[in-house]
Amino acid sequence: MNTRTHPLLVAFAVLTFLFLVGPLVIIIGTSLSDTAFLTFPPEGLTLHWYQNIFEISAFRRTIMTSFALAVGGTAISMMIGVPAAYALARYRVELPKFLGNVYVLPILIPEIVLGFSLMKSVAIGAGLPIMTSLLLGHALLVLPYCVRVVGASLNAFDFSIEDAAVSLGCPRWKAFFTIVLPNVKAGIIAGFILAFITSLNDVSVSIFLTGPGVSTLPIQLLAHMEQFFDPTIASVSVLLMFVTVGVMAIVERTLGLTFLTK
Amino acid sequence: MTVSLSLDAITAHYGTTKVLEDLSLHVGEGELVSLLGASGCGKTTTLRLVAGFLEPTAGTIMLGDRDLTRLPAHSRDIGLVFQTYALFPHLSVRDNVAFGLKQRGMGTAERHKRADDMIERVGLGHLADRYPANLSGGQRQRVALARALVIEPPLLMFDEPLSNLDAKLRVDMRVEIRRLQQANGTTALYVTHDQEEAFSISDRVAIMNAGRIMQLDTPEVLYSRPANAFVADFVGFENMIPMRVISEAGDAVRAEMEGGATLDFPKDKFTVPAQDFVLATRPEGLEVSTTDWGIPATLGLRTYLGRAYQYQCMTPAGELKANGPLTNPLEPGLHVNLVPQPEQCCLLPAETA
Repeated sequence: MNTRTHPLLVAFAVLTFLFLVGPLVIIIGTSLSDTAFLTFPPEGLTLHWYQNIFEISAFRRTIMTSFALAVGGTAISMMIGVPAAYALARYRVELPKFLGNVYVLPILIPEIVLGFSLMKSVAIGAGLPIMTSLLLGHALLVLPYCVRVVGASLNAFDFSIEDAAVSLGCPRWKAFFTIVLPNVKAGIIAGFILAFITSLNDVSVSIFLTGPGVSTLPIQLLAHMEQFFDPTIASVSVLLMFVTVGVMAIVERTLGLTFLTK
Repeated sequence: MTVSLSLDAITAHYGTTKVLEDLSLHVGEGELVSLLGASGCGKTTTLRLVAGFLEPTAGTIMLGDRDLTRLPAHSRDIGLVFQTYALFPHLSVRDNVAFGLKQRGMGTAERHKRADDMIERVGLGHLADRYPANLSGGQRQRVALARALVIEPPLLMFDEPLSNLDAKLRVDMRVEIRRLQQANGTTALYVTHDQEEAFSISDRVAIMNAGRIMQLDTPEVLYSRPANAFVADFVGFENMIPMRVISEAGDAVRAEMEGGATLDFPKDKFTVPAQDFVLATRPEGLEVSTTDWGIPATLGLRTYLGRAYQYQCMTPAGELKANGPLTNPLEPGLHVNLVPQPEQCCLLPAETA
């Protein structure tokens, strides 16, 4: 056998693996600990902290808020992002190049800057209600995912297919819904899910826009940690993690993750 | 229903770039006219204008007595076949073909019956339930053809429909296209950059350059009687000799070519069109001869073409190609005269810039 793997390479691979997986194991372990503080390895075994999430009204409320925000923000973002991606793909030649990059700005500028400027403009400047500001903030935050992922699908779409539909008597607006959309469905679902996860896990933008009475789950998590530092934090984290992993698994099974690397 | 297509004084722009200038074109009832030219000559733009995907800046487009100029694309009732086939990937072959009928509000049973009939006619009866991804290029183009034909359009348009097929299939498909077009008596506009393709299936061909039609004629006329130097060059007149009239004596016109050599054109055989003109021929239009009339030349490389020998000839006007008979192979270095054959030469007015 000539194909011996160098022991150092094995060691390095194992270390990397532990580094990636370790924290997840620790947090799952911690969330099961039968103690009133965060500890690892867990002492005793209980699901009490998971039950706790739903007993603390602040968590119940913020879970609802976070999911509503993720759905609403992503929906708004899609309504802007899909037409934008369509225009960018269809009129690639005619439109100036920088226009495509404008839609990626929310990723490029530090999120904390985005959050702060949104607070100054939307929440304080325009004086909008907290929930409205949050919705707008999240829509903006996830817009790059919508435009980029849907755009990747549209760039692979042959627009003469749309022209063919029009030539056969289908008005252009109808061709968009009956011909274009069904063929970029994968991109739209993928974009929606990525945006959804980004919104659900966001702290930096939300922290500037939440206020009295309205908070999101990650923000509530931070607040809870400051006050209690009990394994509820771990259990919420695990919950968020599983929702994210679950959603990604669905994407992987249905569409493949290759679009992420494009 | 057969109608004619008329483009009258069409000018079109992309942004500020003028891509078509004062273009007029008439396609008669049941006629197939090709637009032939290199990329960027405006042939596809013309097709897209007729289809309604672009609007002209000036001029009118008439289909029969219907004015199409400002009509939305989806109301024009034109069958289109695309280079990329442009089938709907999410629909079966049957639903692809039935799509146009569905837009016309036809019931499911009736449109499936008509679609199936048409799929049968293009020879794909056994594939009606397949999806485009599972078809070969040739099969896809047949579906595209069926989809365009099934709506019984008064006008069919083809945008380089065979460019993505391999050579053998291209020939088969163009025969098929011509057959179906003639069987239905549909007026057709066909865009291509392939001269052989255009000449083989068209009633008339428009050779285009820089947004204008250089000549619109039957393939036979284009091939043998190009109207100008551009078309002559395009259809393979490899020898283009610029000349200038220097004197007229009795029954001949004497012209001088670059390098100072002169040639007398008998008036009964040649019509000199202008003071400055171009003598254009294919290699077979210049005969290698030892008589004293012709363009003085020194023979260079000889190549065997099967039906004749071809010689690269050095002349005062530059290098020319001429053919000589197989019965008499000549050696390089020989001084000869190249004799223009009246029926195979064109005297064309020099290009005015």
